[in-house]
Amino acid sequence: MAKKFELNEMEVWDGNYAASQALRQAQVDVVAAYPITPSTPIVEGYGAYQANGYVDGEFVMVESEHGAMSGCVGAAAAGGRVATATSSQGFALMVEVLYQASGMRLPIVLTVVNRALASPLNVRGDHSDMYLGRDSGWIQLDAFNVQEAYDLTLCAFKIGEDLGVRLPVMVHQDGFTTSHKAQNVRPLQDEVAYKFVGDYVPVDDMLDFSRPVTHGAQTEEDWHYEHKAKQHKALMDSREKIDAVFAELKELTGREYKRVETYMMEDAEVAMVALGSTVETARLAAKQLREEEGLKVGVIAPRAFRPFPFDLIRDAIDMSKDLKAVVCMDRSSPGGAMGTLFNEISASAYGTKNRPIITNYIYGLGGRDFAIDEAKRIMKEQKAHADAGYITTEIQQFSGVRGPKLGFFKTRRN
Amino acid sequence: MSKGLQGTDKRGILELGAEEKIGWDAVPQGVVLHSFEGEIGNTAHLKPEEREYSQFNSYIASVASWRVIKPVYNRDICIDCQNCWVWCPDTSIISRDKQMLGIDYDHCKGCGVCVEVCPTNPKSLLMFTEATENDDALAGWPEKKKKAKK
Repeated sequence: MAKKFELNEMEVWDGNYAASQALRQAQVDVVAAYPITPSTPIVEGYGAYQANGYVDGEFVMVESEHGAMSGCVGAAAAGGRVATATSSQGFALMVEVLYQASGMRLPIVLTVVNRALASPLNVRGDHSDMYLGRDSGWIQLDAFNVQEAYDLTLCAFKIGEDLGVRLPVMVHQDGFTTSHKAQNVRPLQDEVAYKFVGDYVPVDDMLDFSRPVTHGAQTEEDWHYEHKAKQHKALMDSREKIDAVFAELKELTGREYKRVETYMMEDAEVAMVALGSTVETARLAAKQLREEEGLKVGVIAPRAFRPFPFDLIRDAIDMSKDLKAVVCMDRSSPGGAMGTLFNEISASAYGTKNRPIITNYIYGLGGRDFAIDEAKRIMKEQKAHADAGYITTEIQQFSGVRGPKLGFFKTRRN
Repeated sequence: MSKGLQGTDKRGILELGAEEKIGWDAVPQGVVLHSFEGEIGNTAHLKPEEREYSQFNSYIASVASWRVIKPVYNRDICIDCQNCWVWCPDTSIISRDKQMLGIDYDHCKGCGVCVEVCPTNPKSLLMFTEATENDDALAGWPEKKKKAKK
């Protein structure tokens, strides 16, 4: 029986500590982990709780992140509640096994502290690793601050382990800006948190010797497609469960989460779409622009990056009848394309009444600071597009990069 | 040799790829395949032919078509040493109460390990092409080899 951890009503935690406390409170059975900056303190924390009797579980040290996720897959197939943490290169090394975990329908929780991908080598935060996971079949939840990193990690177990879902879940937080930033957090007491998450219910567990089972079977052209279709359906259907778990958390804590978070979108003329800690920067910028210049700016933030909330984004864009321009902020080098948010938001917006002008900014790569003033400049630029009725700049631009202005594609105007 | 003892009733009855093609909504979640129908109870103590294998168990399936050469077993020479049974990588040597009964041709891949490890002179197992009838193979079995004089 694990010892109870005394917690104050209000604690000062950083994002990593918040995630590790959530792993402890969920009484994770197995953590197989390999350390990497900036996510190391999450699994280090679990290891300490385990060693000091605050959690009944196993900490498995492995030789790589590929081994870490493989260990998680094995432990989850065996029938345990399983979690780990990683970032950047470690995430990239896990990718092969991420697809195995989701295809095998194993509800592993992966706390991802977002960090840039080499080369050049960089330990700071951007969303390259989060985007790398976007087709992996995992549910991807995005925390914008420390409290959310804690709350969403608890939710992740409850969502992924639901018998109607049975999918692995990533909880993303921004490297350093969230993971190493101390903030006030209101944690749940141990018994309340565990009751919220609930007991783990194993499915087809390999440790059930009365029903021998094969996990990870091979299928070829005659079966593979059906399994992938069923998996995609489960991921799409997880939307309802995510909503239900968020509602339960609200009941318990008063803190409300939605798959798409909107901020002052009711009367917005201009909107910024962002992920991660940038959402809070954008909200401040929008608030200030409203107060200082009367510019009606709103912010749209996908809380669930996967399953992508196609319909809710559509609703958010049509929330204000005056919305004319939307800028999508992508914190990942798009590698010869428009940014991911731009592409996905544009696809949703195509079916809206407003059909706003949509532009794309690449920003903040490798932890480059994205300040409120720059957010305000970009918002005002969108207002200029809206007033002109066309995109007055390149459609994709780079924010905060030194050297000559960098942008691609222009609106066709004959 | 009793056919029942070799468990041919359920063995190799399913050609791979001949199973019913169910849709995405009916396939098992997570490509999980159960080896047996229901709970296994004391299955470990049952002979293969007595077990309730599921349709996903390879015991039910035939992979005979994967083989190009086959071992043929000669009862008249065999000393029941069980070497082939121990070494067969596909549990395709059928033996009961330490008596060698024959080859499971539904699962044997024709690797020839059983022939390699057979200690008799001549060997009690030899490889022949798939097309060779077992009776013809047995009729032309080689004679005992004399040891080379030193």
